[in-house]
Amino acid sequence: MTFNIKSYLQQTTSVAPLVLFRIGFGVMMLMSIIRFWAKGWIETIYIEPDFHFSYYGFEWVKPLGDYTYWLFIICGIAAFMVAIGYKYRLAIITFFLSFTYIELMDKTTYLNHYYFISLVSFMMIFLPANINFSVDAFLKKTSFKSIPKWNIDTIKLMLSIVYFYAGIAKLNSDWMCRAMPLKIWLPSKYDLPFIGETLMQQNWFHYAMSWSGMLYDIAIPFLLLNKKTRWFAFSMVVFFHIFTRILFPIGMFPYIMIVGALIFFDPKLHQKVIRVLRTGINSLFHIKQKLISKETYSLKFKTQTQLLFGVFFTLQLLIPFRHLLYPNELFWTEEGFRFSWRVMLIEKMGYATFKIVDGETGTFFYVDNQDFLTPFQEKQMSFQPDFILEYAHYLGDHFKNQGHKNVQVFVESYVALNGRLSQPFTDKTVNLYQEKESFKPKHWIAPFHDDIKGF
Amino acid sequence: MIKRILVLIVALSFVVSCSESDDSGGGSTDNFDRGAMLTFLADNIIIPAYQDLDSKLLTLELSAFEFSAAPNQTNLDILRADWLDAYITWQHVEMFNIGKAEETLYHFQMNIYPANTSDIENNVASGTADLTHPNNNDAVGFPALDYLIYGLGDTDQAILDTYTTHPDAPKYHAHLNALAMQMRSITQTVLNDWTTSYRSEFIGSTANTATSATNKLVNDYIYYFEKGLRANKIGIPAGNFSVIPLPETVEALYSKEASKVLAQEALTAAIDVFNGKAYNSTTTGISYSSYLSFLNRDDLVTAINDQFQESEDKMELLSDSFYDQVNADNTKMTQTYDALQAAVVLLKVDMLQAFNISVDYIDGDGD
Repeated sequence: MTFNIKSYLQQTTSVAPLVLFRIGFGVMMLMSIIRFWAKGWIETIYIEPDFHFSYYGFEWVKPLGDYTYWLFIICGIAAFMVAIGYKYRLAIITFFLSFTYIELMDKTTYLNHYYFISLVSFMMIFLPANINFSVDAFLKKTSFKSIPKWNIDTIKLMLSIVYFYAGIAKLNSDWMCRAMPLKIWLPSKYDLPFIGETLMQQNWFHYAMSWSGMLYDIAIPFLLLNKKTRWFAFSMVVFFHIFTRILFPIGMFPYIMIVGALIFFDPKLHQKVIRVLRTGINSLFHIKQKLISKETYSLKFKTQTQLLFGVFFTLQLLIPFRHLLYPNELFWTEEGFRFSWRVMLIEKMGYATFKIVDGETGTFFYVDNQDFLTPFQEKQMSFQPDFILEYAHYLGDHFKNQGHKNVQVFVESYVALNGRLSQPFTDKTVNLYQEKESFKPKHWIAPFHDDIKGF
Repeated sequence: MIKRILVLIVALSFVVSCSESDDSGGGSTDNFDRGAMLTFLADNIIIPAYQDLDSKLLTLELSAFEFSAAPNQTNLDILRADWLDAYITWQHVEMFNIGKAEETLYHFQMNIYPANTSDIENNVASGTADLTHPNNNDAVGFPALDYLIYGLGDTDQAILDTYTTHPDAPKYHAHLNALAMQMRSITQTVLNDWTTSYRSEFIGSTANTATSATNKLVNDYIYYFEKGLRANKIGIPAGNFSVIPLPETVEALYSKEASKVLAQEALTAAIDVFNGKAYNSTTTGISYSSYLSFLNRDDLVTAINDQFQESEDKMELLSDSFYDQVNADNTKMTQTYDALQAAVVLLKVDMLQAFNISVDYIDGDGD
């Protein structure tokens, strides 16, 4: 098998899968924004809290008060414009920026699938998803049939990375040998009809779910890529995501993945769907006009775009392994845990008590976290070191501004990981007000007295 | 090709991950009966405790009438004894802020302390105060009675004078009676709801949702242990949340001697609920500890009970009056706080994780 990169880059394919992906993506995103708004989360997550947890280096990204609603409106409109393919380039850039801004406002809400959406929308800036079956094509009276094959393959590769990395992340002793954390999560689904009081309580079922989940994640990209197994793989995708949707509160993510997986199918399927949609729309809007149909669309900055994707994917392949640069247990310190497709791996709960000390007199008092954080923020803060540090600084500043002298901030915290008894999580003798955030390992995280083998 | 990859992965994962023996123990094959747990808690702890409280509040109400009619030392002593009796029983229901109690804000009208004495005096003077108004939450219930029967003067004689020779004495009689009647009346509302309709709703509400009785009960229990018991009774007076200790924030401030009895009773009540020990009886049944055992977490049951024991031991060392204890040797107070705090960690982190119940306040998706 010889792989010639040059001839690969020259292959072309129908644009239909990318066009349908654009529509699906835009519609899903619009629905996500509406859902987020309808649940009142803009208010409770971004507007009500006085304090927000920032990403390192992005401290300047903050909610905009009541204007935060406008941010969501802009993001929603952009998603809709992406779906219909109107002023596509502007729309997708706006979507990428507004969505990413929203996610950067508070890392309490960090979800891998939000990160995934930011990445995909970034990629789509450079993909010509509006050259067919779009308002843009209609207005230009021109549409294209084909695009370079690698354009569509970038999306496939991104989806494959998500699944495959999520799969190998499951190759650890907690997941494989202790069926954790499913062993905690599944029995609590006792109120599901039929399976709640039966399957969900079975030890073997916890293991079966762990192992098959791991196998699913690792194998599904290959099964989707292979023509013979594609339909089987897609039915697995649907089943798996619907099932996890029933079990866990994971919002829109399963639907996004199901729609996303459609891109693996043969273009004939997409063309058929588009034909049906086109007929419907044409008769609805009484459109008779025929577009000039051209063959292959060629990218304007072809080499630069190829280079960009090369760098992009190199980073994507490397970033999830950055935890190897840190000496301690990943699940415990979470240094290098985010942005690496580690989903559903840990059941972690913590309890952190902050002590404000006058460094000179030694007098102290404890902080009631409810005075500063929402319950959601407090929960997330209690077991993630970078949250603890940022909050400690916030408290230090707060009490300093109140007139307290020689402020020192200490934290005593306990964390239980994957069903182990809770252990001290931080060194309570370290004044966190002195510690600075950085990418270096945090020496004040208490050692984890156990060993989790694997990735 | 794909097959080969799969085989490789399976083989690899065996080698990589399972080189140690499986330590997770046997699995559970049958089901934990949450309905039975709720039934036991309702029939053997919650309802009996409310019934007992109701009858003690009746006694208290009658002795308040008696005292108002004849304010003398004897009747004052009886009134005080009945007040303490009811207050002790109250410690068994404060953690059940569920059903009608939650709906009617019952808890906010029974034991918010420290009492706001100027509000109480204003209410006495007006004679028409709305005792259910949120502004009066710290001017009603047990803390308000504490003030009226212990706090109106430095000596018993001075207190009795307020009810006899004071120009407003009739107003004090009326207000004392009104407070006692109000406490019993709102308690009856809650109790009646339990015995008529809420019990069946409660024991049937076993789903794992944010609003089910099972989950609310556990959440309320932990919240109570952390806030009502650990912080209010010990931590706040000991100055754990302030620059200096605040001894005047103890429970039952004016009676001086009652704070330890009440705190001990509250701790006992919490321990009994955890272990499923019936109210005022030796009967035992299904509760949180049995739930944990079912989940193969006997290690946690032991750890929690050890920490309860440690808390009791530390509390035992305190003097009857926490006010005196804070002023004399606050270290013993903070040590009790630390013991309770360690129990909070086990309940809030370990027990909640083991139960994996939906938490009512977390909003947002997971991934």
